[in-house]
Amino acid sequence: MAVAAFEEIVETFEFLDDWEDRYAHVIDLGRAMPPLDENLRTPATKVDGCASQVWLVPQVKGDVITFDGESDAMIVRGLIAILRTLYSGRTATEILAIDAPAEFARLGLDSHLSAQRSNGLRAMIERVRLFAASAA
Amino acid sequence: MYDIQSIRADFPILSREVNGKPLVYLDNGASAQKPQVVIDAISHAYSHEYANVHRGLHTLSTIATENYEAVRGKIAGFLGGVAEEEIIFNTGATHGFNMISYGWAMQNLTAGDEIVLSVMEHHANIVPWHFLRERMGVKLVWVEPEADGSFDPARVVEVLNDRTKLVALTHMSNVLGTVVDIAAVAEILKPRGIPLAVDGSQASVHMPVDLTTLGADFYCITGHKLYGPSASGAVWIKSERMAEMRPFMGGGDMIRTVTRDEITYNDPPHTFEAGTPGIVQMIGLGTAIDYMTNIGMANIAAHEASLRDYAQDKFRALNWLNLQGTAANKGAIFSFTMDGGAHPHDISTIVDQKGVAVRAGHHCCQPLMQHLGVNATCRASFGMYNTVDEVDVLVDALETCHRLLG
Repeated sequence: MAVAAFEEIVETFEFLDDWEDRYAHVIDLGRAMPPLDENLRTPATKVDGCASQVWLVPQVKGDVITFDGESDAMIVRGLIAILRTLYSGRTATEILAIDAPAEFARLGLDSHLSAQRSNGLRAMIERVRLFAASAA
Repeated sequence: MYDIQSIRADFPILSREVNGKPLVYLDNGASAQKPQVVIDAISHAYSHEYANVHRGLHTLSTIATENYEAVRGKIAGFLGGVAEEEIIFNTGATHGFNMISYGWAMQNLTAGDEIVLSVMEHHANIVPWHFLRERMGVKLVWVEPEADGSFDPARVVEVLNDRTKLVALTHMSNVLGTVVDIAAVAEILKPRGIPLAVDGSQASVHMPVDLTTLGADFYCITGHKLYGPSASGAVWIKSERMAEMRPFMGGGDMIRTVTRDEITYNDPPHTFEAGTPGIVQMIGLGTAIDYMTNIGMANIAAHEASLRDYAQDKFRALNWLNLQGTAANKGAIFSFTMDGGAHPHDISTIVDQKGVAVRAGHHCCQPLMQHLGVNATCRASFGMYNTVDEVDVLVDALETCHRLLG
């Protein structure tokens, strides 16, 4: 289902058996993500329901959807980077067909992190899906 | 001697693991864990002695009423031996401050009158006053702590004028741990006849409180922070002030007669306790207060002071940790941020992997965050059952954070 880049992330996480290394990798993925332009950090792009501040800016390019994101928390930034990879190069219809929480579960990040309401992963997924639904 | 292991054994949740590690619970500022005696009291009340209070003449209602009303005396004693009739039961300090705002301030203040607050206040002691600003045009006047987080009572003098009608302050900051010298503030206000409302949500948990000498007019406590059930609590209101109040919630129990055309009220404090209360919650709080009193508030304060000193030394050795609030007179509550841009939520998530529960966020103190120039902090808040070993676990977890996030 998922694209090669996401499969690579899954493989890397399979290698990391220590939680500290997995978190370090999430943080590294976040650090590697390009920062979101300050001008795009607006109330409209801000995702409510996150304990830290999160912004997501989805756009349609040709027939695929891309999005940029930002957070002031490093772990959340890493989650955005992973989400970006999971959804990258997909059409709106494909995005709607992806079970993102299930794909995240494959990373073996502890279930708490994936399920935790306060990190806003669900809210971020919902934001992208809403955009995809309006673009489909 | 303070038998920490025996105290820990009284709290069943402390023996559980979190993420495969022994739980290190350092979020007592938000809510404290419950000893088995409190859990048993709740279970016993529902299993054997439950009915509504103040209503039935049947046996169970009489027993439940006696058990429930006995808590008034326990709280009055816990707060230094004030009069039982001056204790109003409620669900905690948020309820208490709303009661003071609607019940007392709304009757006694007019547009243009001023209420003095510190920027350290919890939203519970801010938002009800904003309601009066919005609805009546009262003015909120703010006092700031010193750079080290200490609070200088002289700052209050600077903002007083003939429109000042109330000063509302915390007794212990839930973010900085700062202990405010309420008695000194009361001395300033007394000759001017200005009432003093105090948020005792934290202080009452960590140190002996004697309202017979403190000089306050209103004092709010929160049961779930006092090792008691959630939605239990009380406000002490000096009888002269209670006489100036009107009830703000109407319903059962607070009335004597109701006709189509008029009502007459029950006597205070019941006038201010509308509806079926948290009967079992308050009985549980009574048990929690007995438990704390048996250990001794002075003993708890001494134990926590040693934790504070130990933790403070350890934290100061971490040159990448920025402690917020280092007042000489403070409780074992530590707020901090980390160099390198680690978000408090990152810190909280990482230390949770080590079994350590700390809070990250604004702690319901946004004006204080604005004053400190931060969006959020991490907070480790200690309680009677915490140990120096747990300080070491926290410090080790923070070092992991610094390695990952620094």
